[in-house]
Amino acid sequence: MKKLNSLEYLKLSKSQALWYDVRMFFCAIPGWLKSLFVGLWKYIQNFGENVKDEVLDIINTFKKGNWAVKLSFLVFGLGNLYYGQVLRGILFLVFELVFIVYMALPSGGIYWINKVNWFITGQTVGREQGGLKYNPVTDTYGWVEGDDSVRVLLYGLLSVIFIVAFIATWRMQVKQCRINMDIKEKRRKINSAKDDLKSLLDEQFYKTLLTPSLLGILVFTVLPIIYMIIIAFTNYDAAHDGHANLFSWVGLTNFNEFTNFGSDGLSAALGEMVGWTLMWAFFATFTNYFAGMFVAIVINKKGIRFKKLWRTILVMTIAVPQFVSLLYVGRLFDRQGVIGSFLESANLIPESMIAQNDYSLWDNPLTAKILYIVINLWIGVPYVMLQATGILMNIPADLYESSRVDGANSFQQFTKITLPYMLFVTGPSLLTSFVGNLNNFNVIYLLNGGGPVNTKFGTMGGTQVGHSDLLITFLFKVTTGGESRYYLASVLGIFVFIVVALLSLVVYNVMPSTKNEEDYS
Amino acid sequence: MKNNNSIENHGLSIKTVNTITNTFIYIFLIAMSIIWLVPFVGIVLESLRVETTGQVSYFVPQQFGFDNYIRLFESDFPKWFLNTLLMGVVVSVLQTGFILSMSYTLSRLRFKGRKTLMNLMLILGMFPGFLSMILIYKVFADLGLTEANAPIGLIIVYCASSGMGYYVSKGFFDTIPKSLDEAARIDGATRWQVFYKVIMPLSKPIIIYTILMGFMAPWGDYMLARFLINNNRDGMNVAVGMYKWLNGGGDSKFRNYTMFCAAGVCVSVPVTIVFMSLQKYYVEGVTGGAVKG
Repeated sequence: MKKLNSLEYLKLSKSQALWYDVRMFFCAIPGWLKSLFVGLWKYIQNFGENVKDEVLDIINTFKKGNWAVKLSFLVFGLGNLYYGQVLRGILFLVFELVFIVYMALPSGGIYWINKVNWFITGQTVGREQGGLKYNPVTDTYGWVEGDDSVRVLLYGLLSVIFIVAFIATWRMQVKQCRINMDIKEKRRKINSAKDDLKSLLDEQFYKTLLTPSLLGILVFTVLPIIYMIIIAFTNYDAAHDGHANLFSWVGLTNFNEFTNFGSDGLSAALGEMVGWTLMWAFFATFTNYFAGMFVAIVINKKGIRFKKLWRTILVMTIAVPQFVSLLYVGRLFDRQGVIGSFLESANLIPESMIAQNDYSLWDNPLTAKILYIVINLWIGVPYVMLQATGILMNIPADLYESSRVDGANSFQQFTKITLPYMLFVTGPSLLTSFVGNLNNFNVIYLLNGGGPVNTKFGTMGGTQVGHSDLLITFLFKVTTGGESRYYLASVLGIFVFIVVALLSLVVYNVMPSTKNEEDYS
Repeated sequence: MKNNNSIENHGLSIKTVNTITNTFIYIFLIAMSIIWLVPFVGIVLESLRVETTGQVSYFVPQQFGFDNYIRLFESDFPKWFLNTLLMGVVVSVLQTGFILSMSYTLSRLRFKGRKTLMNLMLILGMFPGFLSMILIYKVFADLGLTEANAPIGLIIVYCASSGMGYYVSKGFFDTIPKSLDEAARIDGATRWQVFYKVIMPLSKPIIIYTILMGFMAPWGDYMLARFLINNNRDGMNVAVGMYKWLNGGGDSKFRNYTMFCAAGVCVSVPVTIVFMSLQKYYVEGVTGGAVKG
């Protein structure tokens, strides 16, 4: 398609310009894909280069190094000790000893790694089923403890991580030998332990600050996520838990639920759920956004008094813990609740709903969905209002002045000044709130538990599917339901990740204000 | 003459139009305030109702009294309240430490792998946090940190990964001029001293904001808490306990509805007071976060 220059573009009428923009947007998609693949290819190339450099560096270190350095390829920390860095040397050495002892112990690393049967379809995680077993030596039946798959997999995974850490540490201490050699060559002073500790508050201050947080994230986010991704390839659920029931590897079976669309089973239910999740996130985000902005503008209007009072009333909804207000407001619309019973007695419930025995708004899929979105307005508008107020005050006042001189009315001012400015500034946070709404467990679950129940599907994955279940509430129900299908939860989690990641990728590529995000510094 | 008249009319009508718009706006604002306040008035009225403990279809109680509050303090509610309060206080302190150190480092210190780290955390944040609870529950159950001891387990869960929520405070630190650091560095301050003596005193708003957020989080969490607590009445936080009163199966809604409202008032009043008194900092945090994304 021909790209117009700016003069030609300005000649277009409004509808033509819009049409042009839309076409340009779709024409640009192949370009993004191309740049994505080019970027990936470059990344891989870069990675290869890095590996090559590392290997060369290691070989050079070995060639040039003296006996201590050469020996430190086997015995950690010798290089450091040789150059007088006692503390570092000892730490490295202790790490190596701990690693070797742990791996070699009869119930240590190698033992666990062996037991896992990594990803071999049909094999169990863990080798020995617990239960009553015949013992040929004593000729009796005895209770055998057996393996616990959850633990076997966890310890196996931890051992693998330990091995990775071991290799990384090996590389680190070899590199330090090389650095020490360089420093010696230039006849400078090698850092002592005291210098090291001091630098932790200065040059290396970032390490001090980051270590606790990163440790926490590693143990409580990274490790569990890796673990749960692995679980997606097993059949771990309540029936395969504990010592007596090992779970086993099932390959890609769990993912097939998502790919055989069209059947009436779980995949169809999931399809509906994904549709509603996206729709909900879209409506929840944009209704809140525009309503909140409208309220902010109205309160901000010149000549409106008691601005603070109006804002404070709205902010109340933020202050009161969400679960209290959500549970209470949700119940108001029940059939026996204040609003619900009023609607019924005032004959405001449509005939078509009563014909299906839906006496409250929560009973009908469509009205329930609308109600979720409307109540979400009540919850969400104050947040947007606060944000928008802050930004509105930052819009230069002379923009409005000069536009008024030119004869713009307040509607034009809104569409030409306020809205573009707001959209530009709040673009990134719009994405954040969209993603937040995709995973908005509280509003859906506390208001009415994702109901009404979807009778078409009945029980799925050990729990009842609701018409307005989001992926995240369904994940929760699957996990806490009677059958605790953890493998399904894991697949759902991966699915949520893919949806969010794709959306973010697209939005980040489209929005202008995200690209130069980090340029204050 | 005619011309003149129309100008006059026009001048008048701008004023009248303005008055009419303002009247509409006032009507809108008043209607909005009523919609926003009715649930809160309702919950207070509901909590004072004596004649029945179930859900009813009218707004104003026929008989006022404090029966619900008295029953509340004979139930497990005080325990739940203390659990949540404990979590709120501890989490607000620990989490602030994690978030500030993370966001400060990413905002003001430059080191190898900084961008990679930020990207990794962005990607990690796209996984639903609930997913990691399955493994954490198994491990915590072995360590005795679930059920009755769930508050301790929950504190660990809330705090451990809180570094990933660095965005808002990083946005704040990004706006403090870098020249401050440089000046201090030239005067011989170490990076620790810059952090502790230069930047922290300037960061009171964001520190209070982070503390406030940490304090509020445990009061509203249902999903993670419900999973670790697993129906143990001793370890519940208010959200899980009170949810049981409404949706605990059977006819609990008819027995405990007014009690739920009374508990709601008891929870909301202290939290609202804390929040409202620190509202200024919250607004700064929200708007700052929006601008920086």
